[in-house]
Amino acid sequence: MNIDRRHFLVMLPAAAIAWKYVLAGTPEESPNYTKTDHWWSMLIDIPKCIGCGNCVRACAAENDVPDGHFRTWVERYHVTDWHLANPEVISPDGGKEGFPAVAKSAGGEEGFSATPEDAGKYFFVPKLCNHCEDSPCTQVCPVGATFISPDGVVLVDQTYCLGCAYCVQACPYGCRYIHPTKQVADKCTLCYHRITKGLTTACCEACPTGARQLVDLKDPNDPIHAYLKTHSVQVLKPQMATGAKVFYNDMDGSVR
Amino acid sequence: MSLSKDAGHLLRFAYLFVIAFVVFLVIRHFVVPKTFGEYGHYRGSAIAEIASRPMHFAGHEKCETCHTDIAEAKKAGKHEHVSCEACHGPLAQHADDPSIQPAKINTTVLCIRCHAESAAKPGIFPQIDPVQHSGGVPCETCHQPHNGL
Repeated sequence: MNIDRRHFLVMLPAAAIAWKYVLAGTPEESPNYTKTDHWWSMLIDIPKCIGCGNCVRACAAENDVPDGHFRTWVERYHVTDWHLANPEVISPDGGKEGFPAVAKSAGGEEGFSATPEDAGKYFFVPKLCNHCEDSPCTQVCPVGATFISPDGVVLVDQTYCLGCAYCVQACPYGCRYIHPTKQVADKCTLCYHRITKGLTTACCEACPTGARQLVDLKDPNDPIHAYLKTHSVQVLKPQMATGAKVFYNDMDGSVR
Repeated sequence: MSLSKDAGHLLRFAYLFVIAFVVFLVIRHFVVPKTFGEYGHYRGSAIAEIASRPMHFAGHEKCETCHTDIAEAKKAGKHEHVSCEACHGPLAQHADDPSIQPAKINTTVLCIRCHAESAAKPGIFPQIDPVQHSGGVPCETCHQPHNGL
């Protein structure tokens, strides 16, 4: 085979590209899962949430979340009037063991003398990593230890993380923490070890009312598409332009 | 002649730079993980590592492959869409090895986690005052949790 200099120069870039694929090796074992076929997120239906804390306990059990730290947690809002900027928010131990009861009847116990109507509105807001499309937390990492996976999940490479906590500061939603024993950043993985095997997340599995739903935005048959067309849905802090994709149905304006 | 003589000190400096660059490339080759940059500015193999973490919740589909009678009973009641492990807890170990028996559930604690009365809960959700309603008697004395009656 005779190759003149012109042909050799033309073939060089092609050979370089081919060599890159040789170096990359064979893809890792994930027989029926193609990363680029998915774009994961979550839908939270606030009127369905009863504040039982099942999701918080399930998350802690599934992911060995240390006590006092949360990958997901539940907040209870109490709004009495037009001061939307100052709602009363509680989240005792992240809502892990539920919330203190609010007396229903007029003149009831625990100092609640007003009727429920006068006492204002209560609602529960489950929170977790929003798996932002333009996530501030991945942008600040100095070593490339946190990233958005090809299927839209914000993950932490804990063998590469230095524990500098820039990402903890960068997240506008407070979804990250430094693991007390591993000393690296930890956060919701959207149960990546489950969703890549065709299962739902632990929190969605444990939610008794269906208030949390795992969503695949790239799946045209996912019920999320019909849902988004017919419901008033918001994301948290849209003004931060993070591209958050945990969708909240029927969310009050006081939620921060 | 005089040009190369004058350039000598520049060339020696340039060689130094070339050697430093080669040393940098060699160190970089050994220090940077093989899969770094496979998908982006991160270690590509980290994705597979995270995906291979152990599971604790088996998922209700797995429960229903054996417990078909319970799955059938659940369809009749209001707990139809409540997953098994929402109440029974994470049982992947039991699903892998049925000889590992799950702990018995204390319904006086479990049921009221959802059904204790509170004005903060959505009004349409069925709620009771645990003290007035049963006074500590286990819920399954009267109720059938699997079909929610």
